[in-house]
Amino acid sequence: MIKFKAALENYVFVLPAVIIFSIFYVIPFLWVFQLGMFEWDGILPTKIFVGLGNFKEILFQDTDWWRSIWNAGYITMIALIFQNTLAFLLAWACDREIRMKNFYRVIFFIPPVLSEVVVGMAWRYIINDVDGANIINKMLVSIGLPQLVHSWLNEPKTALTTVALVHCWKGFGWGFLIFLAGLQTIPKELYEAARVDGANAWHSFKNVTIPLMIPVVVLVAILTVLGTMQVFVLIIGLVGGEFAGHTSVPVLRILASMRYSSRFGYACAQGITFGAILVVISFIQYRFSKRAKV
Amino acid sequence: MKTALYYRTKKFAINSIVHLFLISVSITCLYPLLWMVSASLKTQEGIFKDLSLWPRQFHFENYVFAWKEGGFGGNFVNSVLYTVSVVIGIIIVSSMAAYAFSRLRFPGRNILFYTFMAAMMIPIPGSFVALYVLLNKLGLRNTPIGYILAMVNVGLSTSIFLLKTFFDKMPKELEDAARIDGCSKLGIWWHVALPLAKPVLAVVVVFNALNVWNEYILALIIFDDRKFMPLQVALQTFQGEFVTNYPLLMAGLTITALPIIIVYLLMQKYIIKGVTAGAVVG
Amino acid sequence: MLFRQWRFFLVALLLSLPLFGIIGCTSQQSLKDEIKITVWHWMTDREAAFKELAKRYEEKTDVKVLFELYAPSDAYSQKIRAAAQGTNLPDLFGILGEKRDFGAFIKAGHVLDLTSYMDENNAAWRNSFFSKALAVNEFAADNTYGVNTGVYAVPIDIMTIQMVYNKDLLKALGLNPNKPVLTFQEFIDIGKKVKENNMQGLVSGWGEVWMIDCLANNYAFNIMGKDKVLATIKGEVPYTDPDWITVFGLFKKMQESGILANGLVTMVNKTAEQLFANNKAVFAFNGSWCVNVYKGMSPNLNYGVMLPPQASDKYPMAIWGGAGSSFMVNARSKRKEEAVKFLKWLTDIDQQAYLSETTNNLPANKNSLGKIPPVLSSFAKGMDYATHPNVWGVTEFSAVIEAFDKGIQSIIIGEKTPEQVAAEVQRIKEREMNKRKNR
Repeated sequence: MIKFKAALENYVFVLPAVIIFSIFYVIPFLWVFQLGMFEWDGILPTKIFVGLGNFKEILFQDTDWWRSIWNAGYITMIALIFQNTLAFLLAWACDREIRMKNFYRVIFFIPPVLSEVVVGMAWRYIINDVDGANIINKMLVSIGLPQLVHSWLNEPKTALTTVALVHCWKGFGWGFLIFLAGLQTIPKELYEAARVDGANAWHSFKNVTIPLMIPVVVLVAILTVLGTMQVFVLIIGLVGGEFAGHTSVPVLRILASMRYSSRFGYACAQGITFGAILVVISFIQYRFSKRAKV
Repeated sequence: MKTALYYRTKKFAINSIVHLFLISVSITCLYPLLWMVSASLKTQEGIFKDLSLWPRQFHFENYVFAWKEGGFGGNFVNSVLYTVSVVIGIIIVSSMAAYAFSRLRFPGRNILFYTFMAAMMIPIPGSFVALYVLLNKLGLRNTPIGYILAMVNVGLSTSIFLLKTFFDKMPKELEDAARIDGCSKLGIWWHVALPLAKPVLAVVVVFNALNVWNEYILALIIFDDRKFMPLQVALQTFQGEFVTNYPLLMAGLTITALPIIIVYLLMQKYIIKGVTAGAVVG
Repeated sequence: MLFRQWRFFLVALLLSLPLFGIIGCTSQQSLKDEIKITVWHWMTDREAAFKELAKRYEEKTDVKVLFELYAPSDAYSQKIRAAAQGTNLPDLFGILGEKRDFGAFIKAGHVLDLTSYMDENNAAWRNSFFSKALAVNEFAADNTYGVNTGVYAVPIDIMTIQMVYNKDLLKALGLNPNKPVLTFQEFIDIGKKVKENNMQGLVSGWGEVWMIDCLANNYAFNIMGKDKVLATIKGEVPYTDPDWITVFGLFKKMQESGILANGLVTMVNKTAEQLFANNKAVFAFNGSWCVNVYKGMSPNLNYGVMLPPQASDKYPMAIWGGAGSSFMVNARSKRKEEAVKFLKWLTDIDQQAYLSETTNNLPANKNSLGKIPPVLSSFAKGMDYATHPNVWGVTEFSAVIEAFDKGIQSIIIGEKTPEQVAAEVQRIKEREMNKRKNR
């Protein structure tokens, strides 16, 4: 009896979240989920039921779709490796007692604040040779590396990587912020204790910082994967679109299905497939974190 | 003597390298911002002819134009109201839920949590149309409260995830102490958990404030009355189908970026002070 | 301390929410008394002109017309589709996109049939328009969309998509600035000169694939004639036909000659317009709306208009043209009659002349071609050669169009040959046709 009452009390805590969630997420989700089994143009009242036909088409015939997943995965890998390492290093640097800490903390958060439209325009201007200032190439020439000069955004081999790097630039501010918050919550006493025990900087980093930061690192990794896989506005700003498939990403494919081919049902099926892929990846990451926890 | 000098030089060298690193990253962060501001001070004719970062002439009136033509006045207030309401709403709802998932027991706790997590991972394409139809049926379309509730939902999963991760790391002794002192669960949540989570709460505030502030598609689709529109929708008037008024657009975007930077400036103090000033282990 | 402030905020917020509700209520009260027509549009540069016309109309007839702008055009489309789901469409609106979607809206009962109004008084309204402009908004008998014959929307301007050339740059290259380039061979010969002088040749928004489609289609009409192109869409002629390979080959020739600007495939049209307006490109492939754009960016730009250089003598060159923007009436609107009356007024001679003067767009009304700048009249002359996918009566599968356009992008960046692209497009065409058969 007491246990029941306690459980009821506990439910009250999650009730508001559950109510809002059920109304504004679950209902639209179910609608989209069942739409994935229809062929519908989004306008006519009539829909054609195709069962799993859309999903079969995505899995076995839609090479453009899987290419877009591959491209998004590539950008995400670069983000996980390059962007998050950068964010961690910057957060660690700003966690110490150095001058101008506050200045850096503000500056590093400017990229996330800028709209993706502006970021796309500004970086295209910086990188591109024809309609831009071609700054990167000029810098390469001035430091004596003219053989590395490329038309970064216009060559099929370099376009995707360039886009990925610009995305890292925009995104590291978030990782920086979360890592910093995480580093701040490590009690100073632990570092004191370690120093008393004779540990130098590297040891205290290895034995105090890293173990306590693992959940935060995984958190940032999961959020990075989720956010980066959904990139698309930046791509339109930098390379105008899918660049013959070289910079295709899943969201652009879904939008193409919705607006260009008027296949709303198919777009929903693509969205569900995309979600399923993300869930699997995140689940793997989460399990990995549970196992790595001390 | 020698060893003291050695340590001082070493510290100086390390600090210099660190600073160099930080400064070079800062320059790359500042350049696009300066580009945006510089573009906002040029004219539509001159903007692609005058390619330097320092405009030949400063057209500050662009900001006045952008403010007036973009109808910024009322829309600005709308954006502020929506952002504040959504952020407060999310803080309360998600921190309560995250606390429950982290510290309280009830049947179905794990399943419910994983459902929220899955929601975070499964984006719904075409969700705008679904939300439109839903709000229409509920009679909440074209109302601020409908938009606010929909936006609260958008940030809910991620905020719960962020908060739960930090609540899990919270030392239990403080809660036990409060419970022994006769504090109710709600009391513990309010007096112990929330203050300890200030750094994360600050992150949640900034994250959601940014999302709501920059949102425009949902607002454009749900609202029919101009007077409910947020700032971003007003901004789109500068980005026409054929003609984009670049200087005004940049001026508008600069004005739009400022409040979020201010929110961030306010919140980042809490990220620093956070734990060190907060809990006193009793 | 922090939370006491927040508690205050919360209370203030809860108290202020009802205010929103009250404001909402009072505005709806006043709506019931006067006649008001709501128009949703996406044309940012015409907002001021529309508002002025709305004012004049109200002075004349006491009917209030409210123009609401929703931009950019993608967001506008989404809003229209969402509103259609909830049957909340305004009195007047437009549909951006393909005829097939237009047809779907009509079949769903959202659009008013305007044929009877068009044919009143000896077809007075119908005859005031350029026939090609109206054709885009018309559904002919036995069309493949399953829509009843009739006119369902009204154009408020016309446009054509042609090539523009920079007279100053042509002079700098040693060419005659007043003689437009007539043949394809001449065109690609200029490519060498352009490269020697470190200039950029042709710019266009080919990152936005539809513009590639437009030019490729123009050349297809030129090389094999309209009938063969339509036969291909119907599935009677394969894309691996030598004529189609010639079309694909043209792009390869253009790329090899150096006449195409660098980075053409990653350009959006706005970037192309900037480059041309700033004397950085010799040619541009763009629509008549560009007159307004170039005027804003570079009022003294010295340029001319020409048809795309002809690649073959067998058939005439074609360009895309027709209605620019069109409005349709909500069939479920309570103010249908008033909306139609307003449309009639909007497309009348004086209003069309006003729109054309203030926004530098070509009028849809035949008799309004009065005071337009010479460059704009050159665009108007092209109407004789104009066609448009929306008047052909058949639509190609979007998967095929996508493969077609992306294939040409691949040719330009040197990744595929014309033969490979042709084979790929045909493969997708056959796949799509089989899908329809099996359903």
